[in-house]
Amino acid sequence: MWFFLARRVLYAIPILLGVSLVVFLLMKMVPGDAADIMIPPEAPKEVAEMIRARFGLDQPVHIQYVRWLQSMATGNFGTSIFTNQPVGSELFSALSNTFLIAIPAVFVGFTCGVLLGTLAAFNSGTWLDKLFSSMAIAGVSLPHYWVGMVLVAIFAVAFNVLPGQGMGPEGFPGSWDQIKHLVLPVVTLSLIPMGVISRLVRANVLEILSMEFVTALAAKGLRRRDVLLHIMKNAAPSALALMGLQFGYLLGGSILVETVFNWPGSGSLLNLAIFRRDIPVLSATILVLATIFVAINILVDVLQALIDPRIRR
Amino acid sequence: MANRHWMGRCIVGLAIATWLGLTTAPPPVMAQGTLRIAMTATDVPTTTGVPNNGFEGVRFMGFTAFDSLVLWDLSKADKAADIVPGLAESWQQDTTDRKKWVFKLRQGVKFHDGTPFNADAVVWNLDRTFKQDAKQFDAQGSAINRGRPTYIADNGYRKIDDSTVELTTTRPISYFPYVLTTIFFVSPAAFEKAGNWAEFAKAPSGTGPFKVANFKPRISVDLLKNADYWDKNRIPKVDKVVLFAMPEANTRLAALRSGQVDWIEVPPPDAIDGLKKADYAISINSYPHVWPWVLNQAKADSPFRDVKVRQALNYCVDRAGLVTLLSGTAEPSVGFFKKDDPRFGKPANAYTFDPAKAKALLAEAGYGPAKPAKAKIMISTSGSGQMLPLPMNEFLQQSMKQCGFDIAFEVVEWGTMLVAFRAEPTAPQAATSDAMNISLVSSDVSMVVRWFFGENSTPKGSNWGHWKNPKFDELLLKMETATSPAESSQHLAKMHEMLVDEAPWLWIVHDGNPRAMTKKVQGFVSAQSWFVDLTRVSLP
Repeated sequence: MWFFLARRVLYAIPILLGVSLVVFLLMKMVPGDAADIMIPPEAPKEVAEMIRARFGLDQPVHIQYVRWLQSMATGNFGTSIFTNQPVGSELFSALSNTFLIAIPAVFVGFTCGVLLGTLAAFNSGTWLDKLFSSMAIAGVSLPHYWVGMVLVAIFAVAFNVLPGQGMGPEGFPGSWDQIKHLVLPVVTLSLIPMGVISRLVRANVLEILSMEFVTALAAKGLRRRDVLLHIMKNAAPSALALMGLQFGYLLGGSILVETVFNWPGSGSLLNLAIFRRDIPVLSATILVLATIFVAINILVDVLQALIDPRIRR
Repeated sequence: MANRHWMGRCIVGLAIATWLGLTTAPPPVMAQGTLRIAMTATDVPTTTGVPNNGFEGVRFMGFTAFDSLVLWDLSKADKAADIVPGLAESWQQDTTDRKKWVFKLRQGVKFHDGTPFNADAVVWNLDRTFKQDAKQFDAQGSAINRGRPTYIADNGYRKIDDSTVELTTTRPISYFPYVLTTIFFVSPAAFEKAGNWAEFAKAPSGTGPFKVANFKPRISVDLLKNADYWDKNRIPKVDKVVLFAMPEANTRLAALRSGQVDWIEVPPPDAIDGLKKADYAISINSYPHVWPWVLNQAKADSPFRDVKVRQALNYCVDRAGLVTLLSGTAEPSVGFFKKDDPRFGKPANAYTFDPAKAKALLAEAGYGPAKPAKAKIMISTSGSGQMLPLPMNEFLQQSMKQCGFDIAFEVVEWGTMLVAFRAEPTAPQAATSDAMNISLVSSDVSMVVRWFFGENSTPKGSNWGHWKNPKFDELLLKMETATSPAESSQHLAKMHEMLVDEAPWLWIVHDGNPRAMTKKVQGFVSAQSWFVDLTRVSLP
């Protein structure tokens, strides 16, 4: 098991390096740098050069990349070219804001998805199956920014029972006012994981139901509840893997959902950094997100291996 | 395909906006004494006394917390805003050396941290922008402050005594006080205490009618009433203003409708009727803004090198139709200044929607049904002051087709457009565009110089289209050396006549500066300016 874990962690290193390199190169392909966007032509050239030199924008790309890697390795995330603020604090605050909606969204999405998928599979072909499958397809197909806008129009504007934008008071959401701000973004974000997981679980459970061991378990006289337990154990690894992926996507912050709800998370930070060509913010955000994404997947791999010994081999 | 995708999103967005606008829930009760404003900015403007996020940043994080030597009088809605004394009580241009200006500073003004404002503070603040070896030199701030031409010469400022400073310009500039309106002054002692500008941003200290508190990047910032403000007529009537960064128009609309804010900048045009029906106040007023196409005259095969084509284009805009599309939130533009402005002059061309005249002019220029005038226009998907670039440009494209123009678009995001605007019009960044739809400030005379002076062609300045007319430049220099406002206006009117007749830009619309607020917001004056005076606003 430890060897398995060590191998997974080792594999993560080239992945992260690759991600950071691709991001760096992509940003270099976009026309202009942060200084071009920030500094009008009337500003003296020496001021522009000073800003470029301070942020290393005057260096060749490979030098910029290596320097950035060095500072990241020492825990220095750099300074935003636009706001002059340390990237670390901005990134930390954006990520924690995204966690606030991503964790409940995955929880809601996973629970509802597994429930709907299992029920649909056990009632395959009936109206219940059709209803749940339609809900799953709707969850995957409806543009979630549009769903968000509709929810805002209904619950914030027409009935005025929930806030339509922002996070409300600062701090960990303990108060009712803070929790109210979470509801609409969490529901909107949970739709995709719910749809995806529900479809997968339905297909998996159906497949397992047709396997011989299920018939054998029933023939042995096991109660329906115990048979279900065996089925779920067999269906769990792929659902877990998918949940890991979905959680990773949500942590990257859904730019559109965060825009609709004006949620100051990592998606909106990334969006802003891209438009401003703010490379220190962008690179650090992407690398941290990629690290979390990889870490979640390692965790899922380990969980899968724990549940299903075949994977360890 | 990309275009259809955007169209689809626009339609969905507009439908939602209409719905949000039409829903008739009553406006909820707001907090007493706290005015909450949703800005269009993507981020809270920097709080260091050099606001970023363009003129919206200056509007909300400039004149609120800080003062400049010269301020704008924003108390009247019925005439164009003009300048008034600010931290300088008076100023005088030297009659012998017209590059020298003496500013008498206001006495008894204190920064929010209690330290005095005086000539030393003025010099210290100018060093922040102009002296690269000063410890308070702020490279990003300097880029913003000097990005708008200041005309201050090297070492062009000095203290005469505690209450007097002398500024020297690079050439005689009759409108010099106007360019000083966006250079704000902060407390040197507060900077010393903070140690650097990043720390200063968390607890800034200016002399303005509001004090900055609770700065939350990308979310909001509080402006607290400064009861000790030096201008007793402008002590804020509200205790607190909260500014929210809310770039998405429908989000701002929902925030207003659900009672999360009291005031939104730029509501979606489609929502305006619904908001009026639901008893919200809509403010629309003329202000110095132009939404144009800047025509490229440096590109060898650009049809806009020919003045007849430029005039034909100006005769081929259905401005009234466009204003209807925008639900009346704009007014037709047929020049840089508005028609009722004394500086408009008497140009030979009075542009109307006249396809016959446009066709005739195009024929004179050698274009016709067999050979349409083809042009590619760089447009952005969104951006500061860009209004609704996609539907508006598609409307223009259709309107121009009937005159014999074949218009194509190069759609880019706002950052890419800014980069292109700062490079030469023949550079790869321009992507072989024949024009650029970029909304540019026309807040005062200095902007005429910035956008049209032949010497200011990019990359040296911001005359992107490289339009150059020696007679115009000659008049411009005369305007700059004028010794009286009347003489200056006279030259300016003549210059403006040339801008209309020579048409270096396609004049399309002036934005109407739309805002929506609850009826409880009292005392707001929509000045004919890029800026607003929040001290006048009260809540019951």
